[in-house]
Amino acid sequence: MNSYNSRYHRQILLPEIGEEGQQKIATAKVLVIGAGGLSCPVLQYLAAAGVGTLGIIDFDHVEASNLHRQILYGNSSLGKNKAVAAKERLSDLNPEITIEAYPEKLTPKNAISLFSKYDIIVDGSDNFSTRYLVNDACVITNKPLVYGAIFKFEGQLSVFNYLNGPTYRCLFPNPPKAGSVPSCAEIGVLGVLPGIIGSMQANEVIKIILDIGDVLSGQFVMYDSLTAKSSMFSVQRVDSEVSKVKNLASEFKNTDYDLFCGINTVKEISALEAFTRNESLFIDVREASEQPKIDNLHPKYIPLGTIEQNIDQLDKEKEIVVFCQSGIRSRKAVEILMEHGFTNVCHIKGGAISLSEYQESKIA
Amino acid sequence: MELTIKYFGMLTEATEIDKESFTTEACSVSQLLKKLQSTYPKLQNVDFKVAVDQQLVTLDYIISNEAEVALLPPFAGG
Repeated sequence: MNSYNSRYHRQILLPEIGEEGQQKIATAKVLVIGAGGLSCPVLQYLAAAGVGTLGIIDFDHVEASNLHRQILYGNSSLGKNKAVAAKERLSDLNPEITIEAYPEKLTPKNAISLFSKYDIIVDGSDNFSTRYLVNDACVITNKPLVYGAIFKFEGQLSVFNYLNGPTYRCLFPNPPKAGSVPSCAEIGVLGVLPGIIGSMQANEVIKIILDIGDVLSGQFVMYDSLTAKSSMFSVQRVDSEVSKVKNLASEFKNTDYDLFCGINTVKEISALEAFTRNESLFIDVREASEQPKIDNLHPKYIPLGTIEQNIDQLDKEKEIVVFCQSGIRSRKAVEILMEHGFTNVCHIKGGAISLSEYQESKIA
Repeated sequence: MELTIKYFGMLTEATEIDKESFTTEACSVSQLLKKLQSTYPKLQNVDFKVAVDQQLVTLDYIISNEAEVALLPPFAGG
């Protein structure tokens, strides 16, 4: 048995943990999905407690608007990948543990091999596509899923797929209509709430590792931070939902979770990238009178309102890059093209304004 | 019969209340939802699950007098 230094002394003092429990914590492997508001406290408490291996996957970068709730980061983290920035901070918090940063997007292609390396998965993501992907990958790899989610002043908490307990799909078999549930980015969130729910998720992880208390399996908690009240609901396993996922295991890698959640992902490129696209067909969907013209890209001029009439003259084999003034109409145009079976199509973020700013910056 | 209905998350934006007493002849969950959706038409546009007396139930569940019914929407934020 390892003899631990004073770092873990206070938790080892608890008879429910002791040296033996600390050893369990030290050998545990926990993967945290996303490194945002929920995941920051999860990561901090699990790293501090001495969880032996912590995985962090996030493709996103730290922005100033994250700092009020994503308390692992500071001004020096701005612009850095979140998984990498989290690892830096956590390595200082506890240099005795192994931290793996995956600065990439979780996809059906990488999920299974990644999840297989860990004992417990924590969902700190911020969208339904990822939440269904995480649930399904947990069912396929048979890993417990510690779930947390927030909306304005309310939070949800549960442990899914734990010892044959219910899964996320047993509670919510189908995603809500796309766009019907606004995100924190759209409607705001107070920093303390993900702090509370994330801490509760960390607590469930520790309970699973130590096999103490009542793990929140088959129970679904709703917490309201404005009244400090929580309500608990019992959830039953629905075998048909679980076997549906298991039966899809061979197809899992090719599942499009955005499509499942009704999201048409519109690909976006920057002004800089646009000028490197020599082989692409550019379409300016603005009205003829709109300035500035971006002649360098030699675009076809097809105003948004006439795009469907002109669809036959577009080559499906070529990449199509659409732009407008600021990037709103071009997004719409990409959606229309995708509905007509165009797959190699994207639009330029910030539209003609960004393109002309980029051109001017090159001249200057 | 007399029920207590609780609304969570974005559902309170459709109902503009988070809790109420509701008198109805409806006896199954699906019948109750029809009543609630005619009282609050915006409830038709949001997804949620139903719990009766702290237990998640299906649409055919028969509700008894004085039950507490909770409408639970999914959250995605993190």
